[in-house]
Amino acid sequence: MRAYVIRRCLQSIIVINIVLVIVFLMLHMSGSPGDVLMPEDSSLEDIEEFNKAHGFDQPLHVQYYRFIFGFDNGVVKSKGVIFGDFGYSYRHELPAHELVFEHFPATIDLALTAVVISILVAIPAGVLSATFRNSWIDYVSSIGSMFGQSMPNFWLGLMLIIFFSVYLDLFPSSGYESPIYIVLPALTAGLYQTARITRVVRAGMLEVLGSEYITTARSKGIVEWIVIMRHALKNAAIPVVTLIGLELGVLLGGTVVTEVIFAWPGVGFLVIDAINNQDYPIVQAAVTLLATIFVFINLLVDLIYAWLDPRIAYS
Amino acid sequence: MTSGLNTSTIKNPIEEPEERRGPTNSQLAWEDLKKRPPAMISLIFLIIICLWAIFPSFFTAIFTGNDAFEINLRCCYLKPPGFTDVNGNYYLLGTDQQGRDVLSRVIWGSRVSLIVGIAAVFLSGCIGVTLGMVAGYFGGIVDTIISRIIDSALAIPFILLALSMVAILGPSLQNVILAIAVRTWIVYARVIRGTVLSVKENEFVVGAKAVGSRTNRIMFRHILPNVLSPAIVIGTLYLGRMIIIESALSFLGVGVPPPTPTWGGMLAHGREFLDTAWWIAFFPGVVLMITVLSVNLLGDWLRDALDPKMKRLTD
Repeated sequence: MRAYVIRRCLQSIIVINIVLVIVFLMLHMSGSPGDVLMPEDSSLEDIEEFNKAHGFDQPLHVQYYRFIFGFDNGVVKSKGVIFGDFGYSYRHELPAHELVFEHFPATIDLALTAVVISILVAIPAGVLSATFRNSWIDYVSSIGSMFGQSMPNFWLGLMLIIFFSVYLDLFPSSGYESPIYIVLPALTAGLYQTARITRVVRAGMLEVLGSEYITTARSKGIVEWIVIMRHALKNAAIPVVTLIGLELGVLLGGTVVTEVIFAWPGVGFLVIDAINNQDYPIVQAAVTLLATIFVFINLLVDLIYAWLDPRIAYS
Repeated sequence: MTSGLNTSTIKNPIEEPEERRGPTNSQLAWEDLKKRPPAMISLIFLIIICLWAIFPSFFTAIFTGNDAFEINLRCCYLKPPGFTDVNGNYYLLGTDQQGRDVLSRVIWGSRVSLIVGIAAVFLSGCIGVTLGMVAGYFGGIVDTIISRIIDSALAIPFILLALSMVAILGPSLQNVILAIAVRTWIVYARVIRGTVLSVKENEFVVGAKAVGSRTNRIMFRHILPNVLSPAIVIGTLYLGRMIIIESALSFLGVGVPPPTPTWGGMLAHGREFLDTAWWIAFFPGVVLMITVLSVNLLGDWLRDALDPKMKRLTD
């Protein structure tokens, strides 16, 4: 068990390092970072000067070392990524990581609300649909989840605005000023996850309901809903809990489009704005933060899993 | 007369053993398709969308008689269903902010979605199958390296990576395809790696090794055919998601650049006029959703027909 924990932790550290390499290389994809960071109408000399001043003329491994451990050449002062310093946002005139942290709570609010809504919808829907297999409930929930997995959420967002904001005037369509602002964005962001969790709950329940201990429980005369809630759902829950953990990680980085539609002041909104203004330190900081959280959630899920079912650690 | 008799008597004994062999896989799949009306309707719908993508001008000429690119500021925001302008043109789904026919642009938009979707599936499939096979077959350090790269790519938020890549490399058809494929190959690699791990224990692989077959030959002749059907199933199931990602990129303004009509781009324009002209955003989204739904339903059918075991992996 201890060996497994250590191995998984080491793996996670390696993964975060690879993520950093990818984030670092992002600026170098087009060949010259000056090209990417400077305004489009700058002259070649300006770009060259910019590259020289920021040390982009150095060999890649030197630049990577400076990216991670920081450097100071008079023009650029950076403590390096190990201290969370991704450089300066030229537009906002603030350190990039501070901006990202500032916008992060709004994204967490949105992702958590979306996950809570999808759990509240998906688990009853999945359980009912498996319990009353081939009934109208099952058909409605299956067709619903099929649509949910196929519907582009940015389109759903627009339709929700048309119906609930423009037509009914019930919910506000942009910004984040009070809790009511979160309703439409959370519905939009959680759509795919709701559909997916419903399908997994249904499949898991169907598998468990066919097993012998359910037949035994029923034959003992236990009331049907206790059989379903206590005996079946509990055993079908483990893969669902894993999935919910992972989907939360996916959602934190996946609310970008939703945030843009609803002008939600989260990380995604910040990043889109940064990309449009070539403010890449923000993008690098945001991607690193979100990826690190994803890796961390994954690690946590795996460790909890191994703790619940020790066989995993030895396989 | 006699020759006619002869051929019929000769023909029968040849045909009979074939019948005894039973239906082939594709025949079984076809029979199964006939029993599934949703999959059948999806197939028909997708064929229509493909025809749209191949001959857009033909269909716009038949359905509308309007040009998808012609800007006509005298008939902006025409409300569906239809409206006849001064020149006698009929706009079934209305017109957008520049007086362009929405239906014609929806028909043209299928082209980019299908090209990007299919190309991205193909590209990511090639990368993913190759790396998955290499990781699964060789194991050891190669497997570890590829697995960690997969973990890292999984941790980086898909949409942020794709957005940054297209923004840095410049928006174009190739870069959109590349940005989508650079992340989705991991899905194939993970499943194929697992499949290879079990396939390589089979006697025919062990036997091939024992008689001294070269590694290349074992990989291509013995392993590849066994991983193709899971790869095809993943490809179909992910095609829908690729089409959504492409639209999301266009929606955020970093897709295939205008004047090429894209469904995502139309949604982005429609977003500005939600309170006055809902149809600009509504119709492209409907067609996009039905397309993705059809792809997903067909994917489910293909999975059940080709490889029922995949159900657990892909759900």
